[in-house]
Amino acid sequence: MIDRNSNWRHLALALLGLALVVITQPTEAQTVTPTASAAKEEQLLSTMKQIDGRISIPDQKASVLMQPAGQEWRNVHNTTMFWVGTVSILGMMLALTLFYTIRGRIMIDSGPSDKTILRFNGFERFVHWLTASCFIVLALSGLNVSFGKYLLLPVIGAEAFSAMSQLAKYAHNFLAFPFIIGLVFMFLVWVKDNIPNGGDLDWLKAGGGFLGKGHHPPAKKFNAGQKVIFWVVIGGGTVLSLTGLMLLFPFSGTVIADMQLGQTIHGILSGLIIAIMMAHIYIGSVGMEGAIDAMNTGEVDLNWAREHHSLWVEEVEAQEHEAHHKAKSVAAE
Amino acid sequence: MARMKFLCDADRCIECNACVTACKSEHDVPWGINRRRVVTINDGKPGERSVSMACMHCTDAPCQAVCPVDCFLTTADGVVLHNKDLCIGCGYCFYACPFGAPQYPKTGNFGSRGKMDKCTYCAGGPEADNSPEEYAKYGANRLAQGKLPICAEMCSTKALLAGDSEMIATIYKERVLKRGYGSGAWGWKVAYRETIAV
Repeated sequence: MIDRNSNWRHLALALLGLALVVITQPTEAQTVTPTASAAKEEQLLSTMKQIDGRISIPDQKASVLMQPAGQEWRNVHNTTMFWVGTVSILGMMLALTLFYTIRGRIMIDSGPSDKTILRFNGFERFVHWLTASCFIVLALSGLNVSFGKYLLLPVIGAEAFSAMSQLAKYAHNFLAFPFIIGLVFMFLVWVKDNIPNGGDLDWLKAGGGFLGKGHHPPAKKFNAGQKVIFWVVIGGGTVLSLTGLMLLFPFSGTVIADMQLGQTIHGILSGLIIAIMMAHIYIGSVGMEGAIDAMNTGEVDLNWAREHHSLWVEEVEAQEHEAHHKAKSVAAE
Repeated sequence: MARMKFLCDADRCIECNACVTACKSEHDVPWGINRRRVVTINDGKPGERSVSMACMHCTDAPCQAVCPVDCFLTTADGVVLHNKDLCIGCGYCFYACPFGAPQYPKTGNFGSRGKMDKCTYCAGGPEADNSPEEYAKYGANRLAQGKLPICAEMCSTKALLAGDSEMIATIYKERVLKRGYGSGAWGWKVAYRETIAV
């Protein structure tokens, strides 16, 4: 009996010991390396560009714990965007000044005539100036965001600059809408005259007649240069509108990386477009005699039209002739 | 001069959110604004860690670099403050901030974010220390009273440390050496371009 009892006791002790070993082993392992599987910053950042987690507040964008990409955006914003804008705008100013010094104002070679021809009707001019006036305010208020603190802030002081920037921001945000409407109308009104064709290549080969005096390659209502401006405005304007709308409705179905990319595209592209539009404004005003009339009264000098848009004048005259002929034949009946 | 920083010991943070609550209460932070928040990584999985995050008061702060109206200022203690009177609410600081610190009172669109709000390291703003104007815009200025930020002061596990960089780094190093592990000073590399070598 006693022997048997002690046998059982031994067995029980052995089992207990085994159980203890089994139970304590994993616990021991945990106390040795409790952070073996712990979330680690470097590891998370190397696999993903940001660290996301769970958050107990409603603001879900706050669940991004860390996004070092912010530093990259800062560099793009303060260096790439800054220099693209600076170089393209100052470069264009320099180029236009040089062009004006060398070539001077492009005059009507055969001198002004006493006749005019209707180039743009009232609606076309309205659409142009709607888009143009919005663009100028948008461009200036946009440039203020990027360059104002270097150029204007030291001059007018922090308080005045802040108040002005606040107004500029509202102007930028609200004028975006009439600008977009202008773009849509502009596309509808002028797209048919801006389809590229073979004549554009000849016009470009001839340098648009910009380089030498007395030489004007033929062109329809819009020459290749104007078509480039049209498609820059339509294409660039569309991208600016889409990225702009994205910035106007922050984090609406977008995450921080989208907002950064949208701002980068918006900023860099606008710098380039502003430079291109400066060339457009130059040639439409001081750069060429008679050009401003097209968007002022809509009536352009006939000699100007013959020199710059010979094929278009022929088209218009042919149409008028036909209409005249028809009216005559109707009257004869 | 001290270089004030935050350090969150993720191996100690128990996601109690008391730092968040204390911050809100200390500064009368309005609804919808969280100057400090706790983010839990790998929630419910092995190795889950929580990190209490606010403005890290970066060295060469990206918010300050991108602000179009230059409304930020870094104090001699390395605290990044901003001037709400100058802020135009453009939201650029939020795009640049690696830690999601800037907050805006309005979630509306059309650029109406309102004046940016963020952790001040309990150091108020550019107004006179502890003036009613300063409190209304930025909350309490504990630093001017010789106190550290409330979030770190009342942290029950002392996971969140605030104070001079060298001092809190030393405390953290001692902890790591004693317990034998540490998941590192979260955000330090991005904010200060340095890590704590143990």
